[in-house]
Amino acid sequence: MTLTRRNVLQASAGAAALALTSNQARADEPIRIGFLTVKTGPLAAGGIQMEQGMLAYMKIKGNKLAGRDVQLIVADTGGSPQGTRTKAQELVERNKVHVLMGPVAAFEALAIGDYCEAQKMPTLGVAAAEDMTQRHSSIWFARATSSSGQCAHAIAHYAAKELGYKRMAVIGDDFAYGHEQNGAFLRVFEDNGGKVVQKLWPPLNAPDYGTYVSQVKTNIDAIFMSFAGSNGFRFAKAFNEYGLAGKIPILGGMTAMDEAILQQTGDDGLGIITASFYSPQYDNAANREFVATMQREYKIDPGYYASGPAVEAAILEAALLSVGGRIEDREALMKAVRANVVENTVRGPVRFDSHGEAIGNVYIRKMVKQGGRYINNVIKTYPDVSQFWTYPEAEFLANPVYSREYPPAKNLES
Amino acid sequence: MQFWIVQSLNSLAMGGLLFLLSAGFSLIFGLLRIPNLAHGGLFMLGAYLGATLLGGQMNFWLAALLSGVAVGLLGVVLEAVLLRRLAGNEQGQVLVTLGVSFIIADLCLMAFGGDPMPLGAPRSLRPPVFIGGFAFPGYRLVVLGCALAVAVLLWLLLERTRLGAMIRAGVDDREMARGVGIKVSRLFSAVFFLGAFLAGLGGVIGGPILSAYPGLDADMLPLALVVVILGGVGSLPGALVGSFIIGAIYNFGSALFPDFAYVVLFLPMVLVLVIKPTGLFGRVLR
Repeated sequence: MTLTRRNVLQASAGAAALALTSNQARADEPIRIGFLTVKTGPLAAGGIQMEQGMLAYMKIKGNKLAGRDVQLIVADTGGSPQGTRTKAQELVERNKVHVLMGPVAAFEALAIGDYCEAQKMPTLGVAAAEDMTQRHSSIWFARATSSSGQCAHAIAHYAAKELGYKRMAVIGDDFAYGHEQNGAFLRVFEDNGGKVVQKLWPPLNAPDYGTYVSQVKTNIDAIFMSFAGSNGFRFAKAFNEYGLAGKIPILGGMTAMDEAILQQTGDDGLGIITASFYSPQYDNAANREFVATMQREYKIDPGYYASGPAVEAAILEAALLSVGGRIEDREALMKAVRANVVENTVRGPVRFDSHGEAIGNVYIRKMVKQGGRYINNVIKTYPDVSQFWTYPEAEFLANPVYSREYPPAKNLES
Repeated sequence: MQFWIVQSLNSLAMGGLLFLLSAGFSLIFGLLRIPNLAHGGLFMLGAYLGATLLGGQMNFWLAALLSGVAVGLLGVVLEAVLLRRLAGNEQGQVLVTLGVSFIIADLCLMAFGGDPMPLGAPRSLRPPVFIGGFAFPGYRLVVLGCALAVAVLLWLLLERTRLGAMIRAGVDDREMARGVGIKVSRLFSAVFFLGAFLAGLGGVIGGPILSAYPGLDADMLPLALVVVILGGVGSLPGALVGSFIIGAIYNFGSALFPDFAYVVLFLPMVLVLVIKPTGLFGRVLR
């Protein structure tokens, strides 16, 4: 408690100091942000949007955070763990960055976890791997977006309580991100009276979803999909090809029906309900400006990938204000990140738990067509969602991390 | 019962798609001995070109044909400019074609962006057909039909035309073909055109099922390799039979042994390599 209060005081003191003595409090050199993203290869779609989101946000900010100039150094990891490691080392040791943002994918983030820890490198992540802010959290890492399960918990609750679904199937990419989302969904859905009766795991690079679509049970209330990249789009198309549209509703995780692929998905995606930590519809000044800038500069609505850096940048700015702009004081900076409550990020208010994971809104959205464009229309907002959902933190962390087999599915039907 | 019928139809449709993908690869490998690892890239390029043309409201079949021709011409250029200099240098060919596939992939990313692009099937072929009370996507049956039509046309070309006779002679014994006065270099251009054309055409015809997206090349290339190794290098019947076997293995394998979706796909390839390295229909190449 004292820590929180002190930091709030520091934040206001810092802001005041900046306002009063602009030159003194500012160091001469700019803040160097190392931005790890993917601009080539199959993960590039998300990676490029991440960069666009950051550039749009910095444009709005006049390329300054907390009064200090920002130098953004973008590195393309190529979407591989070793590439991420090389680029991270380059950013830290050659470019002498003050803080790292990114990378896109969990396996990239895991490849640099120990390095960032050893270098005491403040890292603001977006990749969703659960344990980075749970069983293997680090004071040098914070995530203002969402863990894999954080949004899946919320939509599982929505499916059981608001939609009244009793029997559901889950399908997801056969890798950690899909496993974690489906595990989280299963736990909350079954704890609220539902039954997961079927689990399907197509390989991440499945050439065709036809064979999986034709295995989906027809006597279920709905199916939950946790896909990444363009897989959600492809699954929805196959689903309709087989004439299942309108017969079995589809729910999805935070990347399953992203804003970036809505226009391409078209009518095939109408009615799909997904959960995300961000919505372009969220109404505050920061988000209105962010959405307008994204639409003007890049002709797209921001979604999961584009909004992440915009949230992280707001968190960074608030922490900078708390430490009087001294980004060089890494430990104080990361303490401030966790202690602050930032009210006006593009996703709404954000605070952090003691493991460095954001507590914030989760939006339930339904894809509709409005004025000739496809949008994810927010139909419910879960406020202050923790990565532990409503479970006690100690109990949550005593369990194994969500996986293909955990929590065990007791209601599968063959 | 319904399970077996639907998955059988899925297998056939997937087999058709795989044949469109791998026929060109097999042809080029058979005659030129070039393992064209850019084939997946050419397939993806075809899909992107098709998506672009279809976005301009072009007729689907015309778009497929045009994309095929464009990709085919690119194939001719690749062969003439890069691969001809590497005749006999298999390592060089592998590395160059792999490099070309990376270049194609990143050029596609630059030109078409990272978001997936849908290819709409002709409107009349879109609705599912009902077979005994359950729905099956009509377009997938069309893909099967296209594959069979391409197989017949290729067979006619190879077995009933002078060009085909020359190609077969080249596959069987390249030196002897040269010896009897066949202009092998021109033949190489023709075969590379045909192989790349089939890749581009397949990319568009497969597009409504697969879509065009970054990574499509890397997803499809291993499948082409599996089909061709299983069926036998350079053999058209081998590619056809191999495609349907792999289609069936993929569909039934992922339905019956879901935990081993990828193992069951590659296991037959390993077995064939151990037991009959030339593939089911392959012959020893000289």
